[in-house]
Amino acid sequence: MSLVDDKAQVSEACTLCGTCLEVCPEGALSLEEVARAVDERAAFSRGVWVFAEQRDGLLPEVVAELLGQGGRLAADLGVELSAVLLGHEVAGLAGELFALGAETVYVADDPRLQYFNDDIYAEVLARLIAEHKPEVLLAGATALGRSLIPRVATAAATGLTADCTGLAIDKQRRLLLQTRPAFGGNIMATIICPLARPQMATVQPRVMKKGQRQEGAAGRLVTVELAPDQAAATQVLEVVRAVGEQVNLSAAEVVVVGGRGLGGPEGFDLVREMAEALGGVVGATRGAVDLGWIGHAHQVGQTGRTIGPKLYIGLGVSGAVQHLVGMQSSEVIVAVNTDACAPIFQVATYGIVGDLHEVAPAMLARLKELRG
Amino acid sequence: MKIIVCLKQVPDTAHVKLDPVTHTLKREGVAAIINPFDLFALEAALRLREQVGGAIHVLSMGPPQAAEAIKEAIGYGVDEGLLLSDRAFAGADTWATTAALAAGVRQMGGADLIICGKQAVDGDTAQVGPGLAMRLGLPQVAFVKGWREVAAGHLVVERQMDDGFDVVRLPLPGLITVVREVGEPRPPSLKGKMRAKKYQVPMAGAAVLGLSEAQVGLAGSFTQVVEVFAPQASGQRQMIEAPAQEAGRLVIDYLVRDQAIRVGS
Repeated sequence: MSLVDDKAQVSEACTLCGTCLEVCPEGALSLEEVARAVDERAAFSRGVWVFAEQRDGLLPEVVAELLGQGGRLAADLGVELSAVLLGHEVAGLAGELFALGAETVYVADDPRLQYFNDDIYAEVLARLIAEHKPEVLLAGATALGRSLIPRVATAAATGLTADCTGLAIDKQRRLLLQTRPAFGGNIMATIICPLARPQMATVQPRVMKKGQRQEGAAGRLVTVELAPDQAAATQVLEVVRAVGEQVNLSAAEVVVVGGRGLGGPEGFDLVREMAEALGGVVGATRGAVDLGWIGHAHQVGQTGRTIGPKLYIGLGVSGAVQHLVGMQSSEVIVAVNTDACAPIFQVATYGIVGDLHEVAPAMLARLKELRG
Repeated sequence: MKIIVCLKQVPDTAHVKLDPVTHTLKREGVAAIINPFDLFALEAALRLREQVGGAIHVLSMGPPQAAEAIKEAIGYGVDEGLLLSDRAFAGADTWATTAALAAGVRQMGGADLIICGKQAVDGDTAQVGPGLAMRLGLPQVAFVKGWREVAAGHLVVERQMDDGFDVVRLPLPGLITVVREVGEPRPPSLKGKMRAKKYQVPMAGAAVLGLSEAQVGLAGSFTQVVEVFAPQASGQRQMIEAPAQEAGRLVIDYLVRDQAIRVGS
């Protein structure tokens, strides 16, 4: 809060903490008044923003999904869709962001942003938010997004909902309805952020639909400069890309997952064969990893990676709650298990009660037949 | 090195069951445990203390019974604990939670390093660690899977990313959140367990921490849960009732029909 022309003004950093009430000697303030002032933060905030994460000058798929969904939300709100791009020598990506639906792209292109350091990225984003006051900010629930965005929300003194699987607009109140799984996916919760702005959400990859690509679309490009003395406290010394045991489960279109029903580490030969035949990657349940049948890098579920591929095939996977949470947003789920009561059948598009050692080879054989 | 480990007592979600009729959680009789990711944080702290010496303090926010989680941590060999407990803390979102935890860290005299588990298994938000770092003005590295160097003034850590990992130098004081790869938690020691039995867990409420009721709990939260419902069974579901080999062939045909897989070009 600050004094402007002898009148108290509540800034966007107000958290409704009430401290100002205690220090006001005249008792001139009430929490209701302050709350109204903060409501003005909602009244003054306009626009939907997408944080366009990039690694090595590449935009992950989730950015296209966020711009698709962001465009639908912006249309409902009757506002503009913008993207924010941070990095070094990344300005060339702006065209791609326009094609994906952004009307304005804010670019901070600086050697100090070449690598992802939470503190400086958060500083730049929080400053842009304070200057331009968007009402909604979306980011991918990727490793980078889930690390950075909570810091940004705290810096901007606003609410944040993690790992959303559904987003909609309450047009009357201009509120973002943010739906996410909770309690290990046992329940879904819809969450709002009524007062503070922007309403921030990280969104699970592979859930939202991309928009129609507009090749060659143009938009407004806003260049953002860093302060001369701005520097990251942390320092990225080395970037190590996926090698050997590292598996990019989150980005795979097809994931074939093996569980304890495989019977032993050799059971994964069948899983690998299936993954190879379908151009997919190998996943595993915590049970199989804990037994040492395969490395932890393959683990899908709450203590492993969250996936949402086009096709999930579970071989000998029973479907513990922690596993289901990590895979239930898959588009098509095939489950093969001998136990008809296995919970995975409750989420499976196609369920087969049977011995995977008979079913899976039959699947592979049929695939070969069809492919000639 | 003084380390503060943040830990949360959570219901054992592995044993939480859904009432098939009402679609509500059946929480009766579900045990309270230390959030599994926080045990990795504790293990990381124990390993760092073995490497460079120092003290480990644990900080938690929760109802009075969460003192059990702190006593359990004492059993692992932690030096001191503090439980932030106050009716006013109830219903906190991550913003209000970090307000209380930041005050708790200050109450404990700060630390060289704060370690959090990457997320709690009940909320799954992964927001408290980075939020707390921001509140305290500390640099952070999330999803740390190990470290290469520990010195008085900095750590060199490995940060898990979606496509590999980054090696990051973190100046201290700082905050990290850790993933499972930092190390499997050891069992509590006999000596620690003996000490835990007698350990009186210090508690602090909002007033002690200098926090107003409007800053914490539900009142201090930005977000509100407006609806809770059972996950929707999306799309069609079909059990393929056929002998194993035939079912295997059929499901491939269905997947081709659904364009979930491609055959030919």
